[in-house]
Amino acid sequence: MCLAIPGKLISVEERLDSDMRVGKVDFGGVNKEINLAFTPEAKPGDYVLVHVGFALSVVDEAEAQRIFDDLELLGALGESEEPLA
Amino acid sequence: MKYLEEYRDPKAVEKIAAAIRRTVTRPWTLMEVCGGQTHTIVKTGLEALLPSEITLIHGPGCPVCVTPLELIDKAIALATKPGVTFCSFGDMLRVPGSRGSLFAAKAEGADVRIVYSPLDAVKLAQANPKRQVVFFSVGFETTAPANAMAVWEAARLGIANFSVLVAHVLVPPALRAILESPGCQVKAFLAPGHVCTVTGVEEYREISLTYGVPIVVTGFEPVDLLEGIRMAVSQLESGRAELESQYSRVVRREGNQHALRLMKEVFETSPRVWRGIGMIPASGLCLRPAFASFDAETRFALDIAPVSESKECIAGLVLQGLRKPYECPAFAVRCTPENPLGAPMVSSEGACAAYYLYGRRE
Repeated sequence: MCLAIPGKLISVEERLDSDMRVGKVDFGGVNKEINLAFTPEAKPGDYVLVHVGFALSVVDEAEAQRIFDDLELLGALGESEEPLA
Repeated sequence: MKYLEEYRDPKAVEKIAAAIRRTVTRPWTLMEVCGGQTHTIVKTGLEALLPSEITLIHGPGCPVCVTPLELIDKAIALATKPGVTFCSFGDMLRVPGSRGSLFAAKAEGADVRIVYSPLDAVKLAQANPKRQVVFFSVGFETTAPANAMAVWEAARLGIANFSVLVAHVLVPPALRAILESPGCQVKAFLAPGHVCTVTGVEEYREISLTYGVPIVVTGFEPVDLLEGIRMAVSQLESGRAELESQYSRVVRREGNQHALRLMKEVFETSPRVWRGIGMIPASGLCLRPAFASFDAETRFALDIAPVSESKECIAGLVLQGLRKPYECPAFAVRCTPENPLGAPMVSSEGACAAYYLYGRRE
């Protein structure tokens, strides 16, 4: 039930009838209106993690890349047969 | 899709699996807490890549599975009241109560609607002022802020025909209950990444310190899960017991303060009965007094007889990781997703349904 999917924020709209920000989020070609009340920092172009219609987090691009940099290191260690501590 | 496909790359998965095989020297038992993580593990067959020393047990992180029978009965009683439109996330509909399910009630004519977002239920109440719209407010800390927002919006807009049946549960008290149970096998946890996105990680650091158990905050894709396992095994092998995060692209140390603030404004902690486990103190959420008028349990007189679980179902043992689903004599024989005896066979995130659907029994 805690399923949450990353999507790209395309546009942000300030609603006059509510103090809630909403935005259009692209999930691989499917667009949906998403509530941005919990992610006031989100701006168009950001990837946001969405759960039951709410963006819960802005994906950190540098951190997202880090695991793959670490993998390179793991791979190199494996090839040189060095034991991992 | 970006941030999904690269975390499903078989080459990356194999690299991490190889690193785990090089690291492990002794048997270790790990628990992935969240049902979504269980689903990925069983669906993608990650267990087959792990060395035989590693045992994964599947934790109680499935709200569908731990919502007590009595609350399902209350949901059905509400849904079948004249003038009531009952809204729920889709996965609660097939959960068996003591007699039937919400889905069966819908088939018999009850106005039961599946909503994607809790705010959809508020909109439905706004558009249908003559109906009483009740939303089944279930979920862990991931979902609680969104559900809190629905109540908060209904209060702000003065929508009097909206109410909620609350069945919220919290993860950390369940981890403590598991660690304190006498038969506890768990040596390390993969903590639920999306719950931590909301709550932050400090309470998990405290549990790690108190019980001397490694905890790795972990995501939901195959690369995430294997990397979480690698980090946990590396801690165990080197005698460390710390909090680490594998899911830093999404989880901030302090969590989401905006979401937490709203959750705490609308809800307060309460004791909660977990289906198959029993009462855990301060392990749930209920409405604060300021929002009590939105509580469906007090708005409608509900006369629910106390009920007992199927005697054959071993869901409690499965949820605590003491038995594998296929060790139950009823598994796939008298208990299937079409005719479940217990809740873990209902949701695809339930351990029993995951094993049933993807057929892994080794």
